[in-house]
Amino acid sequence: MAVFEPEAEGIILDAEETGGDVVGRSPWALAGRRLVRNKLAMGAGVLFLAIVAVSLAAPLYAHRVAHTDPFEPNLSGTFQLNGKTVQVIQQGGGKLGLGETPVGPTWHSKYLIGADQLGRDVMARVLYGGRASLFIGFGSALLACTLALVLALVAGYFGGTVDLVLSRLMDLIWAFPLYLFAISLATVLLARPTNKPLKIGFVTLNARSLWIPLLIIGLVYVPYVYRPIRGQVLSLREKEFVEAALAQGAGSFRLVFREILPNVISTVIVLLPLMIATTILTEAALSYLSIGVQSPQASWGTIIQDGQALLYSRPWVAILPGIFIVLTVLALNVFGDGLRDALDPRSKVRVK
Amino acid sequence: MLTFVIRRLIGLIVVMFVLSVLVFLLFFETPGVDPARLMAGRNPNPETIKAIRHEFGLDRPLPVRYALMMKRMFITRDLISYGSHTKVIPEIIAAAPVTFSLVFGAAVIWVVFSILFGLAAAVLRGTIWDPLLMVLALIGISIPVFWLGEIVNLFTQSRWHNFFLFSWVPPLGYTPLTQDPLKWFEGLVFPWLTLSVLYVGFYARVLRANLIETENEDYIRTARSKGISERRVLLKHNLRTSMIAFVSLFGLDFGILVAGGALLTEVVFGLPGVGLLTYNSLTSLDLPVIMTTVIYGAFFITLASALVDLLYAWLDPRVRPT
Repeated sequence: MAVFEPEAEGIILDAEETGGDVVGRSPWALAGRRLVRNKLAMGAGVLFLAIVAVSLAAPLYAHRVAHTDPFEPNLSGTFQLNGKTVQVIQQGGGKLGLGETPVGPTWHSKYLIGADQLGRDVMARVLYGGRASLFIGFGSALLACTLALVLALVAGYFGGTVDLVLSRLMDLIWAFPLYLFAISLATVLLARPTNKPLKIGFVTLNARSLWIPLLIIGLVYVPYVYRPIRGQVLSLREKEFVEAALAQGAGSFRLVFREILPNVISTVIVLLPLMIATTILTEAALSYLSIGVQSPQASWGTIIQDGQALLYSRPWVAILPGIFIVLTVLALNVFGDGLRDALDPRSKVRVK
Repeated sequence: MLTFVIRRLIGLIVVMFVLSVLVFLLFFETPGVDPARLMAGRNPNPETIKAIRHEFGLDRPLPVRYALMMKRMFITRDLISYGSHTKVIPEIIAAAPVTFSLVFGAAVIWVVFSILFGLAAAVLRGTIWDPLLMVLALIGISIPVFWLGEIVNLFTQSRWHNFFLFSWVPPLGYTPLTQDPLKWFEGLVFPWLTLSVLYVGFYARVLRANLIETENEDYIRTARSKGISERRVLLKHNLRTSMIAFVSLFGLDFGILVAGGALLTEVVFGLPGVGLLTYNSLTSLDLPVIMTTVIYGAFFITLASALVDLLYAWLDPRVRPT
C-alpha cells in the first residue's frame, strides 16, 4: 500500500506541465485551462453570469413584460387576469376575513409572483433588488480587497513598527463581532435627518445612497483579506528573487510593485469571488435588519424583510429573493473553489 | 508560565482600553454627528438634548467625556435607555441567558454533525458521497440564516403546523429553563437547528481538509505499518491532530455568537436575547443600549480569547513564547 499517489482533486496535469513537448504558456494560461476543464466551476460561473444578466435586465422586465413601476405604491390599482378584473390589494384576505392582502402569484407576466404590501410587483422588485445587492456585493468586496492589499503591502514590506501597529489594529477589528461593528457604523452613518447629506471630506453622500452600506461592508471585511495577504507578503520578502532584485539595486518601489505585487495578486483574485459571496450575504443581513439599503431602494435583503409580515399569507415575497441569494452565493462559492484549485492548488484559503 | 500569564493579561488590558476608546470615538466624535441628538432617540425635544449634553459632559474636554462615559458604563452602571427609561446594564444581563441557551445548543449540534460529516467525507473520499457531502456543506454556507429561519417558521408555525410531526412546536418566543425545561427545549429546537446549519457546513469542510492533509503525515504511515486498525488510525491518530484547527476556530466563533453574533437568529425567532435587544434599540435608535452591547460584546470576546490562549499555553508548553 506504499504507492505514492499524486493528488488528483480536480487538477489534472497537462502534457505541457509534466514535460514532453514544451509549448510556452504563462502560468495564467495554464490556470485558465485548468479552470475551463472544471465543469462544476464553469457551470457555477455561467449561473452567476445569468443572475447578473437577469438583474441588469430589470428595467426591461418592468417596462416591457410586467408594465409596472416597482417603486411606485399601487394600493388601489386593478389589473386584468384571464379576462377578469383583479384588485392588487384585496380586502378581507386574512384569517378572520379582516385586513388587506396583496394579490398572490398569478404566474402570468403581470404580478408573476404577486405583490407586496404596497401593491408593487415583487418579481420586478427582486430583479431591481439584484442590481443593488450585486452592486454592493461587488463594490464592497473590491473595496475590502484593495484596501487590504495596500495595507498588507505596506505592513509586509516596511515591517517593524508599521507592521506591528497595523496588524494589532486588524486583530482588534477581527475580534469584534462583525454585525456589532457594522451596526455601530450604520447607526452613526444612517442616524441623521434624511434631508441632511453626509459629508466626508469633499464627498457628499445621501443617507439613502447605496454607497453607505457598500462602505460599511467594505471596511468591516478589510481584516479578513488583510491577514492572509500580509502573511504572504512577509514570506515573499524572504524569497531569493527578492534578494536578487535587491542585489541588482532595486528600490522599494520596484520591489513592492514589480516583484512582490504580481506574486500576491493571484491570492487576491482567488479571494475575490469568495469575498463577493460573503459581502452579498452580509448586505442581505444588514438590509434585513433595516440598516443596509434604505427605502425606496430595494435589495434582496429588504424584500425578505418586507415579506416577513406577509410570511404566512403570501410566502413567495420572502421566498423568492432568498432563492436568488442562495443561488448567487452558492455559484460564487463553487466558482471560487474552482478558481482556487486552478490558480493556487496548495492554497489554504477557505470559504467562510 | 507566569511571565506569559502576566504578559497576556497586560495585553488584554491594553486591547480593552483601545477598544473602548475606538467605540467611544466612533459614537461620539464622528465628524458631522451630534451625539446628544443621537442619544436622545427619534424626534427628541430640545430640553432632552440639552439635558443629555450636560449629563455626558459634552461641553467638556475629550478625555473627561471619555472618562465620564466609562464611569457610567462600568462603575456606576446607571446608563439609562432613552427609549424605555430603564437601566441598560441590568437589561443586558437579563437577556444574556437567552442568548447563551441559543448558542450553547446550536454549538452542540454543529460540533456533533460537522465531525460526523467531515469524517464521513474524508473516509468516503473517491466515492460519490464525498463531493455530495461537500456540495451539501457549501449549500449550508450559502443560505442566509434569517431567510432559513423564515422558511422554518413558515412550515413549522403555519403550513405544516397541524401535521403531527410539527404540532408540538410552540409559538415563537422563549420560556426560561428554570420555569419549564420541556417548553424551553421545544421552543429552542428549531432556532438551534437553523443557527447551526452554517457552522455544520463550514466546520465539516475545514475538518475534511485537515483530515486529508494529516493523512499524508509520516506518523500516520508509521501507525499503519505497526498494524493498527484503520478505525484506530483515523480516530486516535488522525482526528486528534485535525481537531486543533477545529477547536481554535470553535473558541472564536462561540465567543462571537454569544457576544451578539446570533442577532439574526434571535430576531427571526423572536428570542429576547442580547441580539434582539440590540435590534430593538436599533429600530428606536436607542444609542446607550447599542453602545453598551457593542462594548460589552467586544470585551467578552477579548476576555474569552485571552482565556483560550492561557488554556492553550497551559496544555501545550510549545505555545508559550519565551
